[in-house]
Amino acid sequence: MQQLFVFIRKEFYHVFRDRRTLLVMFGLPAVQILLFGFAMTSEMKNARMVISDNARDVQSQQLINKIKASSYFTISEAVTDYRDVERAFKKDEVKCALIFPAGFGNDLLNGGRAQVQIITDGSDPNTAKTIINYLTAIITEYRQQQFPAAALPYKITPEIRMLYNEEGNGSLNFIPGVMALILMLVCTALTSVSIVKEKEMGTMEVLLVSPFKPVLVLISKAVPYLVLSFINFTLIVLLSVFALHVEIKGSIFLLFLESTLFIITCLSLGLLISNTTSSQQTALLICMMGLMMPTMVFTGFMFPLENMPWPFRVISNILPSRWYYIIIKAVMLKGLGFKYIWKETLVLAGMTLVLLTIALKKFKIRLQ
Amino acid sequence: MSPLPFILQKEFRQIFRDKTILAMMFALPIIQLIILPLAMNFDVNSVNIAVVDHDHSAYSRQLIAKVLSSGYFNITGSEPSYPRALEHIEKGEADIIMEIPTGFERNLVREGAQKIALSVDAINGTKAFIGSGYLNAIIKDFDENLPLNVTATAAGVGNIDIAYSNWYNPRAESKYYLVPGILVLLLTLIAGFITALNIVKEKETGTIEQINVTPIKKWEFIAGKLIPFWIIGMVVFTLGVLVCRFVYGILPQGSVALLYLFAAVYLVALLGFGLLISTFCDNQIQAMFVAFFFMMIFMLMSGLFTSVESMPPWARTISNLAPITHFIKVVRMIILKGSGMADTSSELAYICGFAVVLNAWAIWNYRKTS
Repeated sequence: MQQLFVFIRKEFYHVFRDRRTLLVMFGLPAVQILLFGFAMTSEMKNARMVISDNARDVQSQQLINKIKASSYFTISEAVTDYRDVERAFKKDEVKCALIFPAGFGNDLLNGGRAQVQIITDGSDPNTAKTIINYLTAIITEYRQQQFPAAALPYKITPEIRMLYNEEGNGSLNFIPGVMALILMLVCTALTSVSIVKEKEMGTMEVLLVSPFKPVLVLISKAVPYLVLSFINFTLIVLLSVFALHVEIKGSIFLLFLESTLFIITCLSLGLLISNTTSSQQTALLICMMGLMMPTMVFTGFMFPLENMPWPFRVISNILPSRWYYIIIKAVMLKGLGFKYIWKETLVLAGMTLVLLTIALKKFKIRLQ
Repeated sequence: MSPLPFILQKEFRQIFRDKTILAMMFALPIIQLIILPLAMNFDVNSVNIAVVDHDHSAYSRQLIAKVLSSGYFNITGSEPSYPRALEHIEKGEADIIMEIPTGFERNLVREGAQKIALSVDAINGTKAFIGSGYLNAIIKDFDENLPLNVTATAAGVGNIDIAYSNWYNPRAESKYYLVPGILVLLLTLIAGFITALNIVKEKETGTIEQINVTPIKKWEFIAGKLIPFWIIGMVVFTLGVLVCRFVYGILPQGSVALLYLFAAVYLVALLGFGLLISTFCDNQIQAMFVAFFFMMIFMLMSGLFTSVESMPPWARTISNLAPITHFIKVVRMIILKGSGMADTSSELAYICGFAVVLNAWAIWNYRKTS
């Protein structure tokens, strides 16, 4: 036991000696959570739009003013020629075009059937769909204001309640996901170099000739990073609460407990990578290049997992961050207790056990 | 005689010696490009809904049947009360609760107005948003087609017909949007990480001292690092374009030469960025963390998945300061819309500017003496 403490102390010296790396490890994830928390949003705003108003009458002008009044669109200078519309799309200056044919107002008042055309940039299909939805809503509203007789006499109104997020805080959708993503990548990368670095420097030999057990080597490598990651997590939570105004609805104790488990899972993955690679460069490339995109895609915060073809849903199960994302959403945002997340917790615990066992098996106690 | 060819020879030997890293440089991006877009799907086509029907009337049953038959919704439970339905949301089994009030049909006929409560799990952003949009449309359609309304509405007053068209992607498939973007991101990741690690590795192993004592000039050293990775980057890019063509059937609409011109300049800018990180850091872990920091910004703020215009103004400025934002934009313009040189000249100027500034900075910041 005495021996273990000595070794853990050695590892702490390693970590704390390098002040600059320490600063980078704490500073960057903190800046990231702030940056993404403030910047990312799932709402659409300021979509650039060009209007070709061939009617130029009171009605088309009223409708244009109504669109201008919403925060969804930024309207660029009106063009008249259809070819100008095409040019604007090719230059990527606009996301959509609204075209009024000549005689719009006249058709609306007298014929009873007026027409407008919406053209969207389909190369960004998601935005295109949202634009169509918003514009249709604005046009329908305009029509009902102008022609109360056209409104339905028997009206069903859907009343929408946003659960867990009444103020419509757009960053709530991303914060748990970004937290899972950052923690997963940072924790894995931290430990992934720990053993391979000693191999590269040649100091591994010194460790191996000592009567110290392999499992204790792994533990002593992981402990300082566990402490660091825990502090890092605390920092991220504090920033989310005080800077991004995310309210923690569930038990803070449970949140930290589950997060510690997740950190240990990631550290074990890092140790496994460290034991199976031969250079720091390979280890880091696997962590960053190999894990970054899959973690982002399969955690489920950007792309709904249920929409994926079944082989991918199966693949997503092997990523710890996918399970942690469910846990953190449940505890932090929905305020649910342990009985809702025991399955996910069990999965994470099982993964940790498997990863650590393989890491230990792969730990070579001979040099060649 | 310039020492550049000798440096290049050294760099190429170093690259080709480590077969694992060489294989990773090509395999990681290409495999991910083939697999990941298949899994990425913005299209919301299965929203889970829990229904609380307090009315049990003909209308409420018709409405539920209509929701079910739309094809977008799975009804995961019919519960007698709201708290019971809420449990479905808490367990993550449902995304939306639709609650039809008591006396829905009777009161609609009597009073001419009724409300339906939709409670949406707003943490699941996209799904909640799009799902409630669909549901709104279905309810509206149901309302309009009620016999009561059909007979009562005065026909032909102030109708506006809206014609829609999605240019460049009539069926609005997300693969056209995602695949070119992911190609750019993967190219950026691989080239950025590898160059960021490169000089730092020489610092860590001490071999940089041997280079520093030679009469080699600073720009020659940087060029020697840049050229081999530039060639590798172009090969990865070519493989990626082939994957787009043969796996996803995305044929560039615009000029391939223009696409390559952009890729060539962009890679110079990006590699300069990696080398710049490398000159700032003392060891590989630092370099990796700094590179990771910027790559995350590139990934999440470049307009790859979320639109740049929707972000607050300061975030848009940051986004525009990243070369990748411009390159993603241009790649989508050329591949999907067939934009030409005239449409993209300002972006080309931007990326050229980045290339010059970043590389000049990297050369300037590389110190032969400490």
